[in-house]
Amino acid sequence: MLLLLLGIVLLHIAALVLLCVSTIVSTWVETSGSTADLWLNCSTTNGGSHCDPANTSEWIQAVQATMILSVVFSVISLFLFFCQLFTLQKGGRFFLTGIFQILASLFVMSGVTIYTVKNADWVPEAASYGYAYILAWVAFPIALISGFIYIILRKRE
Amino acid sequence: MALETPQSEAIWVYTGWERHALVGSEVRLSCSFFSWRWLSDDVTFSWSYKPDNARSSISIFHYAGGQPYVDNKGPFRDRLEFVGNPQKRDGSILIRNLDYNDNGTFTCDAKNPPDIVGRPSSVKLLVFDKVPVRAGVITGAIIGSVLGLVILIVAIYFLMRFLVARRVLNLSVR
Repeated sequence: MLLLLLGIVLLHIAALVLLCVSTIVSTWVETSGSTADLWLNCSTTNGGSHCDPANTSEWIQAVQATMILSVVFSVISLFLFFCQLFTLQKGGRFFLTGIFQILASLFVMSGVTIYTVKNADWVPEAASYGYAYILAWVAFPIALISGFIYIILRKRE
Repeated sequence: MALETPQSEAIWVYTGWERHALVGSEVRLSCSFFSWRWLSDDVTFSWSYKPDNARSSISIFHYAGGQPYVDNKGPFRDRLEFVGNPQKRDGSILIRNLDYNDNGTFTCDAKNPPDIVGRPSSVKLLVFDKVPVRAGVITGAIIGSVLGLVILIVAIYFLMRFLVARRVLNLSVR
C-alpha cells in the first residue's frame, strides 16, 4: 500500500515537474542561433546572447495562461491528494484530486495545441521544435493517466 | 391665382462628430438630413474633404439628379463608394483602404429643394495604427477568470452543503 502511494505521488510529481520545466525554460522552438519560448526570444550572436520579450499577440498570451493554469491546477491537485488521504473515509475515491489533475492535463493540451496551430505568427519559418515543447506534450498524457488513477483508486487502510 | 414661390425652410444635416478607424480598414461616413418637406427629386448630397493642416477643402462626392458622382481624380479616387439611400435621406459614403493622409474633416451638405437653407455638418476622421495588446493582459484575464470560476464553484458547493445540513437539522429538530 505504501509502495502504491509512493508510486502515485511520484507520478504526480513527475507530471508537475514536466509542466514547470516546459513553462519556464526557453526552448519551445529553435532555429540556428536562437531559441524562443512563451516568454522570451533569445538569440546568441557572436558569443553574446541577447533576449527580447516575446511578441505580445493574443494567442501566445493564451498559451502562457493555460500553461500557468495547468501548473497551478497540478499543485492544487497534489495538495488535495494529501488532504483527502487523511480525511477520506475508507473505500472512498479521490475524485477531487483526479478532477484537478485531469483539468491540468486538459489545460496543457489546449495550450500546446494553440501554440502548434497559431505559431506561424511569431515563429520564423525554419524553426524546429525544442525540447521544452516536447516535454509539454509528454506532460499531457502523464498528467491524464495520473488523474485517472486518482479517480479509480480507492482508499484502503 | 397668384403663383407662389415656395417658401424655403431650414434643413438640418446630421453626420457623426468623429470617426476612428485603423490604417488599411474602411470607414463609413454617414450623412442624413431632416427637412419639413417631402423628399424632392432634386435632392442633392455633397461631400468635401479638408486635410488636417490645409486651409481649403476639395469636393469629393456629389449626388444630384438621381446620380452619384464619386471622386476620380483626387485623393480618394477608386477608394470612395456611395452607400447611401437618398430615398431614405441617407447620403453616406464608404472610404476603403485608409491611410494616415486621410486624417481630416469631411463635410456633408444636403439640399432638399426648396429647403436649401442649412448648415453643412462635419465629421472628423482619425486614422489609427494597430493598437497592440499589452503584454500580460490576456494572460492575466484568462488565469483570473478560470481561478475565479473554480473558487465560485467551490463556494457554491460549500454553501449547498451548509444549506442542506441546516435543512436536515431543522427537519430533525421538529
